[in-house]
Amino acid sequence: MANDRTARSASATPPAAAGGVAATLPAPKKKHYSLLTRRDTITLWLMAGIPTLVVIVFILVPTVSSIVLSFTSWNGVGAIKFVGAQNYIDLVQTYKPFFPALAHNVIWLLFFLFIATPLGMFLAVLLDKNIRGTRIYQSAIYMPVVLSLAVVGFIWFLIYAPEQGLLNNVLGRTEQGNQISWLGNPSLNLWAVLIAASWRQVGYVMVLYLAGLKGVDPSLREAAAIDGANERQTFRHVVFPVMAPINMVILVITVIESLRAFDLAFIVNKGLNGLELLSTLVTNNIIGEASRIGFGSAIAVVLLVISVGPIIFYLFRTLREEIQ
Amino acid sequence: MTAGAAARQKKLRRAGLQAFLITMSVLWVAPILWALYTSFRPYEETARLGYVSIGGVYNLDNYITSWTQGELPKYFLNTVVILVPAVILVLFLASMMAFTVSRYSWRFNLILLMLFTAANLLPQQVIITPLFRIFLALPMVAPLSDNGVLYDQYIGIMVIHVAFQLGFCTFVLSNYMKTLPKELNEAAVVDGASVWKTYWTIILPLTRPALAALATLQVTWIYNDFFWALVLMKSGDRMPITSAMNNLKGQFFTDNNLVAAGSLMIAIPTLIVFFALQKQFVAGLTLGSTKG
Repeated sequence: MANDRTARSASATPPAAAGGVAATLPAPKKKHYSLLTRRDTITLWLMAGIPTLVVIVFILVPTVSSIVLSFTSWNGVGAIKFVGAQNYIDLVQTYKPFFPALAHNVIWLLFFLFIATPLGMFLAVLLDKNIRGTRIYQSAIYMPVVLSLAVVGFIWFLIYAPEQGLLNNVLGRTEQGNQISWLGNPSLNLWAVLIAASWRQVGYVMVLYLAGLKGVDPSLREAAAIDGANERQTFRHVVFPVMAPINMVILVITVIESLRAFDLAFIVNKGLNGLELLSTLVTNNIIGEASRIGFGSAIAVVLLVISVGPIIFYLFRTLREEIQ
Repeated sequence: MTAGAAARQKKLRRAGLQAFLITMSVLWVAPILWALYTSFRPYEETARLGYVSIGGVYNLDNYITSWTQGELPKYFLNTVVILVPAVILVLFLASMMAFTVSRYSWRFNLILLMLFTAANLLPQQVIITPLFRIFLALPMVAPLSDNGVLYDQYIGIMVIHVAFQLGFCTFVLSNYMKTLPKELNEAAVVDGASVWKTYWTIILPLTRPALAALATLQVTWIYNDFFWALVLMKSGDRMPITSAMNNLKGQFFTDNNLVAAGSLMIAIPTLIVFFALQKQFVAGLTLGSTKG
């Protein structure tokens, strides 16, 4: 089914690309419009207007407000006072967790980029071949994808727990004094959490990449085989370039997922003590008693600025037919 | 190289590949199997024999205890109250939006698609601070909200799920609808069908496969969301199950055996998706990404 879907979305390209032809013939378009009655026009406006309003009110307005509020010292009550770039100066100069959080987000990204994502792609390439048991292998690696990160956190807690955890029991480090605190030690816990996060990410990338590989025209591989290319050469020079659009999507997903990293760090220790991330800093600045809205917004804007690059890149890649 | 040697080498490589894949698969399911194994053993048994051991008593006590002690039914119900209307509403709104942008040429088509797609990619924390204030400020009528606003209400969590998922669903559905022949609309116009009738009786039924795949994906994602209710709800009593896990660990689950049983029970709905609706789920995921 996935295969069928991929083929369908691939075949969707030619008619859309042929949009250029329609543009030179504006006549049918106009006719189309004139056929709409007044009621139809109102219906269309409502059908597009209601969802748009929802997105504007709950996504666009908060995004813009984040930017505006980041230049204020608002704490949720009283008048909103503008303080210029003060929040950003504080962030860089006096707020201790900021640079660790930024570094952890970067480490998260690099770990996904160079370990989880390539492993997922590698497994997809292996499992795309007609080997015995491929369905079972695929299922095993894909299983964590459906689990919530909160559940993932719980399941890995059973492995990392100091006294009752699998790892320390296997290593014989359960005694007080020689326990390894996988989730408590600030120089270890980020790596422990990254392994748990990758457990899920690898399957996610594998599923996406497999779908892409199934969409590669088999005649290309055949042609390469006739030309005497071996498997590795075929992949490098034929399959991988054809997969360019999916490689890009996976790259963007990897970046976005690393910026979104939150649940695991928060469920382990509220994103403190070695697990600071930009996302946990934002959250810790607004929930509970500390309602530092201006300051929290400044951290959110940093997160926004980093996300904007990959988002724009993704928009242009996926909507380029429409843009042209 | 003789033909025999080449064949032998090929066989060897196949065996190596199988060994690698078996190792990876075992590694991948091991954490879940470990949780499953721990969940069947009473705490006293693991305390006596150690966690890494075989033997002693195996039973379902941990499931019963975590079910009652963790008050799981209450949290499951909270999830249902939020999840069901959210999925229906997001698919309804997204299909209308997708219908207008994919079947009619508007001036704003591109800008709207951009807005929707970008909205879907933002990290949740970028919007949470102002959103928190909006939830405190926007008035809500009585049957939907018992405190007059969106904050700390089922409706609030449902609304933000709808808003946040609209982008992805619209993107996927409009791509799907674009593949349906244009003539369908023209035929409908010739028959004198209204825009609404064209959407409801012609386009929407043809979109059913994409809707099914998206519904599966949305159920899983909304069920799995941890963040929205964590910040936008105050009453622990109203939290959906996944967000409630934040309190469950320390407060209710006193030992790892209970944690194991509890987390597996919380995973059951998504594991059902994994075993029964795998095709739909994967189709939904790839629908959103393979369109290059």
